[in-house]
Amino acid sequence: MQSSFDLQYIIELMPILLKYLGVTMEMALWGFLFALILALGLALVRVFKIAFIQHLASLYISFFRGTPLLVQLFLLYYGFPQFMPIFVGMDAFTAAIIGLSLHFSAYMAESIRAAILGIDKSQMEACLSIGMTRLQAMKRVILPQASRVATPSLMNYFIDMIKSTSLAFTLGVAEIMAKAQMEASSSFKFFESFLAVAVIYWVVVIFFTRIQHLLEYRLNKAY
Amino acid sequence: MINVSKLGKKFGDLAVLKEINFEVAKGEIVVIIGPSGTGKSTLLRCLNYLETPTTGIITIGPASIDAVDHKAKDVTALRKQSSFVFQNYSLFANKTALQNVAESLITVWKVPKQQALSTAETILVKVGLAEKLNAYPSQLSGGQQQRVGIARAMAAKGEVILFDEPTSALDPEWVDEVLAVMKQLAFEKQTMIVVTHEMQFAKEVADRVIFMEDGYIVEQGTPQQIFSNPENERTKAFVKRALKQH
Ligand SMILES: Nc1ncnc2c1ncn2[C@@H]1O[C@H](COP(=O)(O)OP(=O)(O)OP(=O)(O)O)[C@@H](O)[C@H]1O
Ligand SMILES: [Mg+2]
Repeated sequence: MQSSFDLQYIIELMPILLKYLGVTMEMALWGFLFALILALGLALVRVFKIAFIQHLASLYISFFRGTPLLVQLFLLYYGFPQFMPIFVGMDAFTAAIIGLSLHFSAYMAESIRAAILGIDKSQMEACLSIGMTRLQAMKRVILPQASRVATPSLMNYFIDMIKSTSLAFTLGVAEIMAKAQMEASSSFKFFESFLAVAVIYWVVVIFFTRIQHLLEYRLNKAY
Repeated sequence: MINVSKLGKKFGDLAVLKEINFEVAKGEIVVIIGPSGTGKSTLLRCLNYLETPTTGIITIGPASIDAVDHKAKDVTALRKQSSFVFQNYSLFANKTALQNVAESLITVWKVPKQQALSTAETILVKVGLAEKLNAYPSQLSGGQQQRVGIARAMAAKGEVILFDEPTSALDPEWVDEVLAVMKQLAFEKQTMIVVTHEMQFAKEVADRVIFMEDGYIVEQGTPQQIFSNPENERTKAFVKRALKQH
């Protein structure tokens, strides 16, 4: 069966889909925030080589980088509640945010760690030489410098995370992809529906890429 | 005030410091000279515990620490008693000159921020950088950066300032302004230990000169003794060569 391309349909579908962009962005923003906190913790544990925990951190990073996000989401949302009762009441939206942050934190931890290790050793020594502790040095001197180095790659992960929220529809989250899927199966206009959702993701990503460039420009000017 | 006893440092199998003993009195200016690779930097870094000694006891003011038996807390306590001026300045790249100097006061000594900044400003004015308070290290010349480095060390409230070849990385044109600041400090009886190849500075400013070779203190004495009348043959040879270069 061949049908003609229906631009009118896309134009009408756009506002319907855009109503669900909020859910998508909410997942991405919360997911990124939690991922950042987790990643920072993981990176510090590995940089300071904290006994025992550092091996757990490595295992964690290896697992979340070594398995597909979709598998992780299914494990979390469909698997865990079967034997861990606290997960039973968890709604799909929360599960998606948890899954995304766990997954991305593993990648982000590695880029934060690399940024920290990339700061010249003499900066830490200068801190110690005036009596600062390692933790104070991290907070006041090393992390501010490392954050400048890590920002471009962290922004890339944020953009990646926005796109990855589309997987949340497999858990039943009513986000933009889920809505497109629903509209497509009732109108049978699959091409138009998925093209519309692709364009929305694309525009959002272009927007955040612009922000990324502005941010990098500002950071490079700072000192 | 400073007492170093049986200090030893090995890197793997390489013994870089072998039983170093010396004392420094309050207000004394000690200059350490010696050939390249004899452990001068390692000695200074051990005094600040940037390098952990293998053996020995270091006492600076009220803080004392035994290489083979100490806690992290003792290390921080010792470090508070000294500050370091690095060959490559090592200023905090993300902080202005003023913030660099105020950092120890704010973070280590918990001085209220406004007060710390005003103290830092006073010190920077003193080293001739009144115009550069808000400049980042990348905006300063080598000589200016090193003067900020000295100002940062002065602000840290330690008993002693350790200088590791503070002028070696500088273009010749900036050397004098840095030496001038150090002379001013010496004039004010700031206790300092200076590793340098600037023999003229050693002659003029030092109360005592230590000649190090191969991980040992070979000879020490007044500049007069070491430069004009050394007892040890190796001191004699080194001094002769060093003075000829200048
Ligand atoms: N981190 C390190 N690991 C291994 N060996 C080291 C380390 N630091 C220094 N050394 C070695 O220790 C010896 C003494 O080095 P040090 O830097 O203390 O000498 P120096 O007297 O300061 O020399 P220079 O006048 O060239 O600065 C050298 O042989 C050096 O290679
Ligand atoms: Mg040296």
